[in-house]
Amino acid sequence: MIYDITIDGKNHRLELNRADHGGWACRLEGQQIEVDAVLARPDVLSLRIDNQAYEVKCERVGNELHIWVGSVRFAAEVRDPRSLRGRSRAADDYGPRKLIAPMPGKVVRVLSHEGETVEVGAGILVVEAMKMQNEIKSPKKGTLRKILVTEGTAVNAGDVLAVVD
Amino acid sequence: MFKKILIANRGEIAVRVIRACHEMGVAAVAVYSDVDRTSLHVRKADEAYPIGSPAASESYLNIQKILDVAARSGADAIHPGYGFLSENPRFAEACVEAGVKFIGPTAAAMEMMGSKTRARQAMEHAGIPFVPGTSRGLESIKQAERVAEQIGYPVMLKAAAGGGGKGMRLVHAPEQLKSALEAAASEAKRSFGDDEVYMEKAIVNPRHIEMQILADEHGNTVYLGERECSLQRRHQKVLEEAPSPIVDAHMRRHMGEVAVRVAQAANYTNAGTVEFLVDQNKKFYFLEMNTRLQVEHPVTELITGLDLVHLQIRIAAGEKLPFKQDDVHIRGHAMECRIYAEDPDDNYFPSPGKITLLLSPSGPGIRQDSGMYEGWTVPMDYDPLLAKLIGYGTDREQAIARLTRALGEYFVGGIKTNISLFRRILRDPDFQAGRLDTGFLDRMLKRKEALEVDPQAERVAVIAAGMFAALGTQAAGAGEQAAANGTAGGRVASNWKIAGRKEALTSD
Repeated sequence: MIYDITIDGKNHRLELNRADHGGWACRLEGQQIEVDAVLARPDVLSLRIDNQAYEVKCERVGNELHIWVGSVRFAAEVRDPRSLRGRSRAADDYGPRKLIAPMPGKVVRVLSHEGETVEVGAGILVVEAMKMQNEIKSPKKGTLRKILVTEGTAVNAGDVLAVVD
Repeated sequence: MFKKILIANRGEIAVRVIRACHEMGVAAVAVYSDVDRTSLHVRKADEAYPIGSPAASESYLNIQKILDVAARSGADAIHPGYGFLSENPRFAEACVEAGVKFIGPTAAAMEMMGSKTRARQAMEHAGIPFVPGTSRGLESIKQAERVAEQIGYPVMLKAAAGGGGKGMRLVHAPEQLKSALEAAASEAKRSFGDDEVYMEKAIVNPRHIEMQILADEHGNTVYLGERECSLQRRHQKVLEEAPSPIVDAHMRRHMGEVAVRVAQAANYTNAGTVEFLVDQNKKFYFLEMNTRLQVEHPVTELITGLDLVHLQIRIAAGEKLPFKQDDVHIRGHAMECRIYAEDPDDNYFPSPGKITLLLSPSGPGIRQDSGMYEGWTVPMDYDPLLAKLIGYGTDREQAIARLTRALGEYFVGGIKTNISLFRRILRDPDFQAGRLDTGFLDRMLKRKEALEVDPQAERVAVIAAGMFAALGTQAAGAGEQAAANGTAGGRVASNWKIAGRKEALTSD
């Protein structure tokens, strides 16, 4: 199997095949590596690479995949180059930007109004969750085009709260 | 001794108290709100009763509902934990009226310590050193200006009913005083329903050190040594240790004796904590008394070898303290990390959600008081404290080494936690040298940390990512499985599934 793997924005090609003795034949960027892997439990791999031992954890939340090597976290994306799925769109820094609720909670205050000019980092609204009030700040300088919530609105993580253009 | 204790709390502290009950052969009754049916304290208890909707006012803060459960279950005592009703004198009073023993101080002692201005008046009377300022609420801006002039800027404005940094303002100069006073009063009104605000001299870069005391109902009061709690963020404690790196035997005795006097001035019973501010010359000032078990009590347990919850229960049952002050010895060093569900990379925003993977540390000198488990969904409705990781060693250096090692073993997947923050604190040279004050953490967080990524680790991540993909679903844990079958998390099977299975069994 061949995988295109992006780790923290860098692309790698990995070839993995089952070997006879139950192990793996592994090629990273065409270079052969001796790998011994044991799935210790779901989401936890014990890896031996050139006799170095690693405990690697896999974290899946929604569509995001993170690989933890020891205490270091890597954002990962795995694609099968034969399939068309998984092509990532380029992030768009121009044009309108959305303010997204970073966690589920309740909107307790709206600090600006539509049409107002806002600076980068200006507080737009306050969301309360777990007894903490958190200011949601503008990601860019611009005009506050839309506020999609009012005080008292319950929101989920990922909900769009406002749009700055 | 009690036969059955109701725990009017949730999370790690409810589990902690349930454990003490079981160790003492006492049955434990849990209460839970609608979102807490799957919480760990319900799993560990002997009996569990629903008390209503997630809003604390409808459940964990509802005195009537909790007393109803006490009556229904036949509990003869209630442990309030910390937070919620633990420092509410009306609750302590209601327990007396209902004939259930409240495991904590009397309503009168709580009331006196609950108002910071009343506490200051009582301490003034008892000759306890406290921070210069007013012992009564400020009546006007004129009076505020006069007092500030007398004690000297900077000054701190504080809500009399306050706590947790709410209703607090630091004022550096006279022209800031008016707006700060108004802001503090309105915040105090909103948070505590009381706009009384008083003034103290602001001590620059103080340490926050507190003294644990225990008092039985026969007039015996002892102190169990101090805890250093200077590491705070937004006035919330993050890491605590005992003993304090700057307190020697002489200072400990002095502070301990003052703390005992504070407790006695309030006719205090059960476990309590006297908080002090300590200035750069090690001069200490009474700050307030917390009339409950503290989150950070385990560090005191480890260095004294005592179990504070056992002792709370025995004191409430009318027993005498089983030891004297001279029998209390401090041995070794302990440190506690408060593991919160919050994102250190995004402004410490709360991060509720499902725990997809949990690897817990263990080994020498490691204690974990936890309220979470793998597969549990952390609700968004309460304080984000998930667990406390406590390290113990022969000395401070070893305690730090063990905690650092344990943090390396610790993994909580699916939600964000502040575990990485502790790795950073523990390797900070100033922290290692014990140079701490309440501004330490803010200063540390302002410094950008140079991250060096090990290229070998990146290679390992590539191989592992491919390996996980190649292994497919057999390698997937709780997160992936829940996403696949659409369960809300926590519950094993829906009711209709269980009913369906039962039917299938009986029809045979």
